[in-house]
This record gives sequence, C-alpha cells and structure tokens, in this order.
Amino acid sequence: MPEKKTFDRDSISNTLMISISLSLVCSILVASAAVVLKPIQLKNAEEYRQRIILEVAGLMQPGADIATLFATIEPNSVEIASGESVEIYLEKSGGSVQQIILPISGPGLWSTMRGYLAVAPDGNTVKGIRFFEHAETPGLGDQIDKDDWRALWVGRHIYDEGMSPRIEVVRGFVLRDGSNPDAVHQIDGLSGATLTGNGVTKLVQHWMGPEGFGPYLETFR
Amino acid sequence: MSEIRKIVIDPLIDNNPVTLQMLGICSALAVTTSLLPALLMCVALTSVIALSSATISLIRNRIPNNIRIIVHMTIIASLVILTDQLLKAYAFETSKQLSVFVGLIITNCIVLGRAEAFAMKNPVGLSFLDGLGNGLGYSLILIAVATLRELFGAGTLLGYPILELVQDGGWYEANGLMLLPPSAFFIIGFLIWVIRTWRKQQVEDADYQIHEVHRTDVY
Repeated sequence: MPEKKTFDRDSISNTLMISISLSLVCSILVASAAVVLKPIQLKNAEEYRQRIILEVAGLMQPGADIATLFATIEPNSVEIASGESVEIYLEKSGGSVQQIILPISGPGLWSTMRGYLAVAPDGNTVKGIRFFEHAETPGLGDQIDKDDWRALWVGRHIYDEGMSPRIEVVRGFVLRDGSNPDAVHQIDGLSGATLTGNGVTKLVQHWMGPEGFGPYLETFR
Repeated sequence: MSEIRKIVIDPLIDNNPVTLQMLGICSALAVTTSLLPALLMCVALTSVIALSSATISLIRNRIPNNIRIIVHMTIIASLVILTDQLLKAYAFETSKQLSVFVGLIITNCIVLGRAEAFAMKNPVGLSFLDGLGNGLGYSLILIAVATLRELFGAGTLLGYPILELVQDGGWYEANGLMLLPPSAFFIIGFLIWVIRTWRKQQVEDADYQIHEVHRTDVY
C-alpha cells in the first residue's frame, strides 16, 4: 500500500507559514493602495476645502473649475491673542479687500463644528457662513448646512455699538417689524436644534471677540 | 445551474441576512437616512463580502483551524481598508457621509458569517456567488429602508424633491423621526412582518404555548 502523505494544516509549521505569508500579502496590498491613492485623496480634500471657502464667499459657480476660481483668493495669516497664527483668506478685487474669510470652530450638541465665516470689508457685516465638518443630529442640527438658513446670516451685523460681538441665533423667529432693535444682529433659530444654535452663537461670538479675530477685524473699521 | 441560482437568489428574500438571520442591523440603522450613502454602502459591503468569501475559499484547505477566525478577519479587514481608500479617492463626498461605517464592515456579522458558514466548505466560484447573493440580500433591505426614510423624512430621493415640503410652499410636512435611528428599527420590523406574512415558512415556532390553566390543575 503506497504511503499517502496527508497534509496537516494544523501543524505549527503550516500555521506559521500561513500567518506570515497572509500578513505579508495583506500588508503589501493595503500599503500600496494607500500610497497609490494618496495623491487623489489629498487632491479631493484640498478641492473640498477650497470649494467650501468659495461657497462661503458666494463665489462658487456650478461647473466652474475650482482651482481657477480659488486663484482669486489670497491666503493670509493672522496672529490671535493666544499667539497662534491662523490662516485666513482675503477676496481682493482691484487691490482692495472685498471679503475676509475667517475659520471658525467650536462645540455644537454632539460634535466640534468647523466652518468659515465671510465678513465684509467694514469688519462688521456678515457675507456668508458655511460649516464643512460637524456631526449634528441629522434632520435637526444638520440644518446648519441648509442654504436657506445660511442665507439668513447675510447682511447681519456682528458687533453692537460697544464693539462687542452681539450676533446670535435666537429661539424661534426674529421679529423684523421694526420693533426689535436687535434684529440686525439676530438669526432665526432652527426648530429642534436649539443646542446646535446655541453652539453656533457661542463659537461665532468667541471667534469674533477679543480672543479671536476681534482685534484683526478692528483694523478694517 | 439551479444550485447557482439558489445560492444567489435564496439570500434575497427566503434566507435574507437582515430580515431572517437578523445580522448587520447596526449599519442598516446608521447609513439609511438617505439613499445615496446607502447605495454606496451596499456596493462596498457586497464587494467586500464576495471577494472575502472567494479569497477565503481559495485557501480554505490550508487555513489552520485554530487561527481561522484571525485569518478571516485579516482578509476582511484588508479588503475593507482597500474599499475605504478607493471610496475616499473616487467618491469623496459620499464617503464623508459614510464616515466610520465603511470601516465597520469589518465587524459586520454577515461577512464573517458567510466566511465561516460557507466559504470554508465550498469552492471558490460558489463562495463568490454566495457572498454576492448575501451582499445583494443586505442591499435590498438597505435600499428599501433608505428609500422610505429619505422619502418621508426629507421628501426627496437621491436629493431630488419628490414630495413638495411645506417650507418650500408644498403640502408635505417632513417627518423628522424618519431621519433618526429608531425609525430604521420600525421599518425593518415592518419589513420582517410583511415578508413573514407573505412567506409563512419564515415564521418561527413559539418557544412556549400560552394556554389557560384551571387553578385546580396546578395541584
């Protein structure tokens, strides 16, 4: 009877062989995917950030090339009270500043919300707001992304007469019949998203205040 | 031929991984608020499960028994990372919405379940088809849930308005509950009820029978 050599898959040598070769194959696969795709991913992330900045400045046109549009925007850096240097963007036309685009971030209800706020060259009037990163409640807090709510910010004034940040998201609707002297600083709240709205108020007031871009915006007034 | 048909068609309704085996519920809750991310998730999961089943089946006779789960997980995890990287490169915005849930395919019970239950005992081609069938079964439920949630929660499908919302001057008051995770539970429960009304053989036997006992019977 010819001896039939049976393969023992549970032997130590096979166990080592399989685990080492599998790890090797898998790690090469994963590593090469990461290396090969990285340039495309970085390009995506950068393009996304540029698109957000263009959207907040109201410069985004559908179908237009983002890189070309973004070339009109000039990066700049501002030192804030903590000594940190923060990158901001200026939209210029004919040598004069048209819009100041400032990064803002802070806690919402569930997450850190990050976005940009565009301010007119008077250093006071809001030109646009856009969050690009947050994890607020779907359908409630995530309405901060909605165009019609973002449009409510345009034209609002950040500072009161005493030059302290006064802009806020209120609960419910803002009375705009002339009887409300604060209307120019107020934005309608989002129903079901009071806490997200409070977060937005706090972070905008913080970044526009003395610890944020307050001193920088003062140079424009 | 009929065997192949059975392997692919069976997991769609008769042996659906979500509604019959009750697997993969977590991601079915998380990524179904709108249809587009749900579709992308379906593609991601279906390709991972089909490819991992095929790969595992390819080396099934060499996988040592005592480390087989680790081997499965390594293969599945590598494929998931690969999928995630591809999505980040070619479907950037939707992949942002899916966030961690593509990564969590690694722990999706359907994938490991098919590897362990089918791919370890069957040839490559059949294992691939079994993975495909189960992926499609999962996709079917995900798409159904996402369609209902986006339609009634936001009045849109794939972002296009279908039901005119009150705030845009229409007639439909969006149901905010549909956008929150619990609604997916209701919808999946409802789907299970519908399927079991239609396919009576899926109804499980009761674990015990409630019947009236006269108190004198107890003694």
